[in-house]
Amino acid sequence: MTEDDFTGEARPYLLRGVRLKHDQVRKCWVLLAPERFLRLNGISVDILQRCDGAAPLARIVDELTQKYQADRAVVERDVRALLAGLYDKRMLGL
Amino acid sequence: MKPLPPPTGMLAELTYRCPLSCPYCSNPLEMAGRDAEMSTQEWKRIFSQAAEIGVLHAHLSGGEPASRRDLLELTAHAAQVGLYTNLITSGVGLTKKLFDDLVAVGLDHVQLSIQDAEPESADAIGGYRGGFAKKLEVANWVAETGMPLTVNAVIHRINISRAAEMVDFAVKLGARRIEIAHTQYYGWALRNRAHLMPTRAQSEKAYAEVEARRELYKGRIVIDHVAPDYHAKYPKACMSGWGRLTFNVTPTGKVLPCHAAETIPNLEFWNAREKSLGDCWADSPGFNAFRGTDWMKEPCRSCERKNEDFGGCRCQALALAGDAAATDPICSKSPLHHLIGEIAARESSDEVGGFTPRRMAPVKVVGDV
Repeated sequence: MTEDDFTGEARPYLLRGVRLKHDQVRKCWVLLAPERFLRLNGISVDILQRCDGAAPLARIVDELTQKYQADRAVVERDVRALLAGLYDKRMLGL
Repeated sequence: MKPLPPPTGMLAELTYRCPLSCPYCSNPLEMAGRDAEMSTQEWKRIFSQAAEIGVLHAHLSGGEPASRRDLLELTAHAAQVGLYTNLITSGVGLTKKLFDDLVAVGLDHVQLSIQDAEPESADAIGGYRGGFAKKLEVANWVAETGMPLTVNAVIHRINISRAAEMVDFAVKLGARRIEIAHTQYYGWALRNRAHLMPTRAQSEKAYAEVEARRELYKGRIVIDHVAPDYHAKYPKACMSGWGRLTFNVTPTGKVLPCHAAETIPNLEFWNAREKSLGDCWADSPGFNAFRGTDWMKEPCRSCERKNEDFGGCRCQALALAGDAAATDPICSKSPLHHLIGEIAARESSDEVGGFTPRRMAPVKVVGDV
């Protein structure tokens, strides 16, 4: 992925076969993917629940900035870091 | 002792029946036939229990899982109880209708084996004419749905010059992941070791060529690369630690830490037909024999890597060192490490031919090591 693909207008979504699940046994959210699972913290769940292929990246960052009353640049950096990692692992589409 | 975390994955070996006869199959040399297999109801109960104890991924495997007539019903049940369902298949025996039905009941992921990137060689390795063409067809069905496809390829003397080509091939098939696994010598692969083990030069070349594909295909395909054991300095973290994350259930209901665990004598494993899956996982003496690090002897016991590679593989320690609690001789710190060099010197070669195809009739095993 290049920076060009990952603009504020990009509309990230979880690829088919990648899904969020609230795990009743571990009492946490996990992201399930082929042969992999990731335990998610609260903010990661908030980010990924917004990755529906409709919401542009910029709006996701705006919403989370609002929700967490945080510095927008910091939120944007966290969102991009999570999504870029998932993109490289073939779990996320744009 | 720390509380035992819930298991993350279950390999459900639904049957040992398989139309292919790959000489490196990880199934045991003596395989229970159809009459001894668990019923639909028994498997469904096990999937339900798996979800209850925290299993996330259910890998539907075999043998060839499509050899079970109730594959659809079992998959539907596993999906319904919330498991992430992965079909590990040769593709042979799947029809378009069955595939569509599996997708409709919630199949999440398909893992398709390929024997080689070259059709004739692939069919010769699997012992099934037309197998390669069938796999292309199945890969296309998967690609059309947009569901994730993993291609897996076992690398050995016959196909090693095309290891990297298999990555290219998987990309063409639309796979999101590929597992390139240099043969691990258990089950049929151990029996056929002298016909499968490549030369060190071949292994190193293939390994480097596959690694070079990572950067080339970044963001397109994820490469999981299992290194060739016999040419390594440290052992693999077998199963990510014995009884630590995952377990296997055999066609007859035995619950095991791995494919080869039953080769270790005097270990008591329990059967999910008779006890709950949670008890089999947490309390069976066989699982607890090598959990954690307390069982370790030197040089593992004081090794700084003991929580990284867990002493390597117990089954390999037994097969090569004659003691399942010994350091895996693959490790360069093992006092028996010289055995690995001796075996490799004796058995590795680039000459092709002579292996024994996997088959279900019991075969007399003569001392391999």
